[in-house]
Parts: sequence; C-alpha cells; structure tokens
Amino acid sequence: MQAETTPSSWTSGLILAGLAAVCTALVAVTHSSTAPRIAANEQAYLEQSLQPVLQGIEYDGNLSESTITITPPHELPGDEDVPVYRVYADGTPVAALFVVRAMDGFSGPIRLLVGIDARGAISGVRVLEHRETPGLGDLIEADKSDWIQQFNGKSLTSPAVSVWAIKRDGGEFDQLTGASITPRSVIKAIKETLAYFEENRDDVFAVEPRSEAQ
Amino acid sequence: MNNNGILSKLRTGIWEDNPGLVQLLGLCPLLAVTTTFVNGLGLGIATLLVLTCSNVLVSATRRLIRAEIRIPMYVLIISSLVTCIEMIFLAWFPSLGRSLGIFIPLIVTNCAIVARAEVFASRNTISASFLDGIAMGSGFALLLAAIGAFRELIGQGSIMSRLDMLFGGEPMSGLVLVDGGFLLAILPPGAFISLGLFVAAKNAIDRRRHQTNRPISSNTLR
Repeated sequence: MQAETTPSSWTSGLILAGLAAVCTALVAVTHSSTAPRIAANEQAYLEQSLQPVLQGIEYDGNLSESTITITPPHELPGDEDVPVYRVYADGTPVAALFVVRAMDGFSGPIRLLVGIDARGAISGVRVLEHRETPGLGDLIEADKSDWIQQFNGKSLTSPAVSVWAIKRDGGEFDQLTGASITPRSVIKAIKETLAYFEENRDDVFAVEPRSEAQ
Repeated sequence: MNNNGILSKLRTGIWEDNPGLVQLLGLCPLLAVTTTFVNGLGLGIATLLVLTCSNVLVSATRRLIRAEIRIPMYVLIISSLVTCIEMIFLAWFPSLGRSLGIFIPLIVTNCAIVARAEVFASRNTISASFLDGIAMGSGFALLLAAIGAFRELIGQGSIMSRLDMLFGGEPMSGLVLVDGGFLLAILPPGAFISLGLFVAAKNAIDRRRHQTNRPISSNTLR
C-alpha cells in the first residue's frame, strides 16, 4: 500500500476510474451474453401466462404482436398504461386481454390479467402480481385455490351488474375466508374492465396493431 | 493451505462464526425471503457466489486499495457482481429470479459481504479470501435454506416444494405432509421467531458441548 507514488486524490481517482471501467466491462459482457436468453424467457413467460385466460378459444398468430397500449386517462381500473393483447382467428377478433391494476387491494395494487371474449364474457382471469396476505388474500392466485375460476363465462348481463359483488355484500360471487377486501377489489376491477370493453369494443379492435420490441 | 486449515475455516464459517447465526449480519434478506426452502436456498447460493467473487476481487485489488476510497471500491465491485448474478438468474433460473424479485439486487446491501471485504479479503491472499468466501457464504446459504425449510414446514406443511424453480422441469409440489399449516410462520413475525429459535438452538448445542467437555464445572454450577 505504501507505494512509491505520493498519496494524492488524483491517484485515488484514477484507481477508482480504472476499477469502474473494469466493473462496467464485466457487467457489459454479462449483459450481452444473457440479454437474448432473458428476452426469450420473458416472451415465453408472457405467452405462458396469457394461455390460462384463453380457455377454449381458438386463435392464430403471435399474441404479443397485436398488442396495443391504452394510456390514461381511461375508465379502466388503475391509472397507468393498460396493455391490451388482442386475439384474432382468421382476421376476426375473438378476444381481448387487459392487464389492469385493482387499486384498492389490502396491501397495494393487484395486477390482473382479464380475458374477455368477443361476446363480452370473461374467458379467464389471472392474478399477475399482488402483495396480499399469504394464506388469506393470496387465495386469489390460481395455484392456491380455484376462487378465480368462478368468473369464467360471466359477463355484465349474467349475472346482472348489481350482483357483481361478494355474497357478503349481497352479490353473486364467493368470498374468501378471512379476506373480503381482496375479493372486493378484484371483482370491482373485473367489472370495470367488462364495462370498458362493452363501451369501447370497436375502438379496442380498431386501433392499428403496434409492433412491440418485447 | 493444508486440509485441516480448510476444514477449520469451513467450520468457523458454517458454525462458530456463522454470518447470520452468530454475527447476525444480512438479516434483511434472511428474514424476508426464507418463506420456502427453495427461496432460501436460491438466495443463499446467489449470496455465496457474490461473496466468493467479491472476496476474490477485493483481495486481487488489495494493493490498490487506499483507506479513503476503500468503501467506494467495495461498493463498485459488489454492485457489479450482483448485477451480473441477477442477469444470470433471470437468464437461467427465470422463475426463481421472479420469485426472489427485488432481493437479488438487494444483495448489494448485505453487510455480511462488505464486512468480509473489509475484515478479511482486503488483508489476505486471493486463495485465503476465496476460501473465506466459500466458508462464510455456505454458512449463510445453509442458514437461509434451513430457516426456509423450517418456515415452509410449519407454515405450509410441505417440504421442498417448487424445487423445479432451481432445477427445472415440471412444477412440483414437494412432499406435502399436512394441508395448510400454522400461518404465522410464513408471515414476517414468523421470520423473527424462527431466527430466534435457530440462535437459541445453536447456543443450547454449544453449551451442552461445553458442559460435556468439562463435566466438573457443570457440576459445580448446580
């Protein structure tokens, strides 16, 4: 350490700069060798996570290619950009998948993937991300209980809009033992998404597909 | 270094001076991710890799280290390594990477790593620092995996579920002993309670060993 150079802030700076360059190179090399794999993983994960909300729907093509983004202000749940994956079969729209955020979860927003078929009925709902209590609120995950399955095939006309609520609130849907805020928030978000789709169905399918990098 | 030295070094890292159990360093990841065995093991392995590489790099550059810039140097080395490890996880273990989420980048803040850089790697040879990283890292990884297994067993009634996140293959539910469990174990308070039990168990074992080694002193105590 007590080298021949006089200790000065210049040498220290040079050492730090050299080290920074080496470290940056290390990160850059790792990045360039892992980036294609990471992108492929994300793509596969997207396709795989869209699959469950397309039950029984025949479609063609790459799902991520017909993606549009609805930017705020909009009437969808959450106040952020909403990606919409539009699903076609032989050029006819068969379904639209919305990624919305239920803002009033028990601990923060719940990200939902809501699939709606061309008739306006739910083709499937999945929870993408949440911070609900393990063992109580997390039963909204498809892996942990079949609660989320009860929405399949439901639309704003069956059941009627007025009973789009948990049974405790006089509605039609099952609640979760020990958690009522979580299901309430999920149901509200699904209902709002259905309502938006009902209003804007033509617009959703009319917007030119935007080719996305990811 | 001879075999005996290596063994005693490993013993120190895994038992006598375990970073989590004895030094109580790096508690943030330790308490946050150990909800299942596979999460604990995954983050444990990531920490082990970062700690070993950072020890080697810090030791390799120890002649350049000046007292006034040593902390920025450690931070630079550790954060670059963590960034690389995160990318490697996302590329090869994507579901585990997603499950650990923010806690992989947060390895940067694990003070066990800076502590080893400061206390050991900056003063010792590359091979000694490498061994120190392996020993301390294994101690931390084993503790994370053990607490994860314990909390998973109590909280979910299962053993080693979702091992596929680490080793690939179909999602596996592991060995399910009972359906559902004692929820508290997976919640944050359960993390503190579990760690407390582990520390207490270690102290109890050490004391018993101490007593059997010197039976007379234990008799005089009574």
